[in-house]
Amino acid sequence: MNWGGWDNFWAMGGYGLFVWGSYGVTLLLLVLEPIALRLRRAAALRQLPPRRFPRE
Amino acid sequence: MNQPVLMTGGINLFKYASPQTFYPLAGRMLPWFGWTAALFCLAGLYVGFFIAPTDHQQGESYRIIFIHVPAAWMSMLIYVVMAFWAIIGLTFNTRLSHMMTSALAPTGALFTFIALWTGALWGKPTWGTWWVWDARLTSELILLFLYFGFMALQAGIDDPRRADRAGAVIAIVGVINVPIIYFSVKWWNTLHQGASVSLTKAPTMATTMLTGMMLMSIAAWLYTIAVGLHRVRSIIIERERQADWIKDMHT
Repeated sequence: MNWGGWDNFWAMGGYGLFVWGSYGVTLLLLVLEPIALRLRRAAALRQLPPRRFPRE
Repeated sequence: MNQPVLMTGGINLFKYASPQTFYPLAGRMLPWFGWTAALFCLAGLYVGFFIAPTDHQQGESYRIIFIHVPAAWMSMLIYVVMAFWAIIGLTFNTRLSHMMTSALAPTGALFTFIALWTGALWGKPTWGTWWVWDARLTSELILLFLYFGFMALQAGIDDPRRADRAGAVIAIVGVINVPIIYFSVKWWNTLHQGASVSLTKAPTMATTMLTGMMLMSIAAWLYTIAVGLHRVRSIIIERERQADWIKDMHT
């Protein structure tokens, strides 16, 4: 598939809004989910209660 | 403790059903699934945008297929896997199985939303409408509500054991919706097209288009496994916070 330049690539034959609207939102969500996961893990680790007895 | 022993080829599967054994194992597997997901996604995007030709009917708008179809497949598959873990959890009373069900729900909802969103953006240029209440779109929307219902129900119950059982019931009952989504385009007269790819017929699309779609589907599988493992590890920390082993690992 030869697009003959980036302008044509971004225009997507006149369907740019629909194609990039799909890919853009998907990319955003697939970036946000791993960030949310890291925050959840960090919060879970912070809430670990202290050990009752020191490690032997 | 007496546990039923399920032996498969000399490996005691119940060993891995314990959160304590599974937690570090999941941590080791996670990066492999994450990075291979990224690789398959890049390969799929390359094939999808630079190898696959323009569609003679839909022009370039069809390129939405490379996310729409993998996301829609994933949205259904994740629900089936949730139902599977729910059944295992209820049958063997294994806590980790229920944790797996809970860990997959947000990602299932995410893929369902992506399928609906990309479907709307594809429907507008090809059908002239963002949305139509046909059987395929409506049943997929119900799937989104099932995921939300599952998560809301679990969030609303404080006792984890009761939350597990209540969630398992939604997961198992709601799975009836999945074949309805899948066969909706056959059973009813829908605006949504029939399956382009099925197990029984040759695919009705160019090979390179199919290749791009398959690469993206594999990427979606690997991504789901990676985020599922990550989330189940957080759930284990949250639920096992009184256990010494988790404190030994992190304090």
